[in-house]
Amino acid sequence: MDIVTLIIICVKALVVFAAIMLTVMAMTLAERRISAFMQNRLGPNRVGPKGLLQPLADGIKFLMKEDVIPSGVDKPIFLLAPVMLIVPALMTFAIIPFGSELHLFGRAIQLQVADINIGVLYILALTSVGVYGIVLAGWSSNSKYPLLGGLRSSAQLISYELAMGLAIVSIILLAGSLRLNDIIIQQQGHFLSWNVFKQPLAFLIFVVAVYAETNRLPFDLTEAEQELVGGYHTEYSSIKFAMFYMAEYANMITASALTVTLFLGGWDIPLMNEAALGNLGVLLSVVSFVIKTALFLFIFIWVRWTFPRFRYDQLMRLGWKVMLPLALVNIFLTAGYLTLTV
Amino acid sequence: MTIGVTINSLPVINSSTSMYRDFGTSFIFVLIGIILVAVPLLLQRILSPRRKTAEKMSTYECGEDVEGPAWVKFNIRFYVIALIFIIFDVEVVFLFPWAVVYKELGLFAFVEMMIFLGILALGLAYVWRKGDLEWVKYSVPYGRGRYRKLTIIEETPASPAPAPQETAA
Repeated sequence: MDIVTLIIICVKALVVFAAIMLTVMAMTLAERRISAFMQNRLGPNRVGPKGLLQPLADGIKFLMKEDVIPSGVDKPIFLLAPVMLIVPALMTFAIIPFGSELHLFGRAIQLQVADINIGVLYILALTSVGVYGIVLAGWSSNSKYPLLGGLRSSAQLISYELAMGLAIVSIILLAGSLRLNDIIIQQQGHFLSWNVFKQPLAFLIFVVAVYAETNRLPFDLTEAEQELVGGYHTEYSSIKFAMFYMAEYANMITASALTVTLFLGGWDIPLMNEAALGNLGVLLSVVSFVIKTALFLFIFIWVRWTFPRFRYDQLMRLGWKVMLPLALVNIFLTAGYLTLTV
Repeated sequence: MTIGVTINSLPVINSSTSMYRDFGTSFIFVLIGIILVAVPLLLQRILSPRRKTAEKMSTYECGEDVEGPAWVKFNIRFYVIALIFIIFDVEVVFLFPWAVVYKELGLFAFVEMMIFLGILALGLAYVWRKGDLEWVKYSVPYGRGRYRKLTIIEETPASPAPAPQETAA
């Protein structure tokens, strides 16, 4: 590996990291503003033009607050939990391709931090690790509400993750590869070649699972403000509390990007050959990826104010008695169809 | 150095170094993540006030005095489901390589995996039938006895106290 490759990798990593952090900041504001508009209020609009500097003000305020670590906690785990939550979210994003191949100074640069050949397995492994952050935060707090939040999180994991994995299997069947770039290339072409049209059932199951994975309404049982006072992060204050929020939004961004990659053709623009346009095509592909991801992020907020929260036995029933059988049937149908046609 | 891959459709790994590089690259984000947590913690240590009092350090319980630790024995209710989850999760791991080479193998792969899936689906049907997927396990033998006791306790009517708010009004 020469030095230029190393520099390229570092630049890509930093760009992606900066993009995620900026999106997290934008999301904290967007969430509050959009929520406000949905409830016919204004939302935060005083700090900076149109309230755009609100996330910055929030960040400074979090830094200035006293960090209370209750005396009963298991301190090492208590401190480790935010890291356990935020690192997998960032690591998952490392392998998501956010544009087609860029040609610069005679070099072909993949717009993707790491092109891992078993991408999908890598993602499934990391998303499971993310749950440990919540469970450990809940357990180490030595408080009743976080404990319940952590337990619910594990209940959630064992209910949706199977269906999620099985939904992805049917995508792999079509693509014949675990690499995310191959999955995107397989979806290229006209509009209907996207997996969302080929695999509507898998898409539905996957999206529901994603909402459970990111702990968003209607599956935000681990937080459930009204019953658990914030759930797993009840005992966290000041900047550590902010970290849980950052991790939640980072998870949402990663999940949206993943949904786009697996089902909406990633950076692909339908009916267009990006490669023929040179670097302009690359730019357009990045824009297309960003727009699709933003759409899913908006739907996250939209769903939040549309559906009531599930009870967690209801979530388990949904996972085991609806989503899992449906995912199995979907694999059966996909595999059968492929056998008959190929 | 190439890693031998027999099936054509698999992404041919050019060299083992490129694979290590890609995995290594993803670990940059571990580093970034740790910095992302460490730097604000350090900043906060400098900027924020620290005035500890015994009440402030106590565990949150809606303002009440804390009733014992939270690390108690707890009926998690989904223990059996967790065990089934492990079995199915391993099944999903088996499905991934199958799905990758599926188009090469055709009908053989279809029949073989459907037998495998069928057996596991049978297992799911068994657990479903036995009622282990239910939240309230009425039909599970070990659950039934427990709930019978519970209903007996519920049946003894607790005499309702006279509503105090009416006298106040």
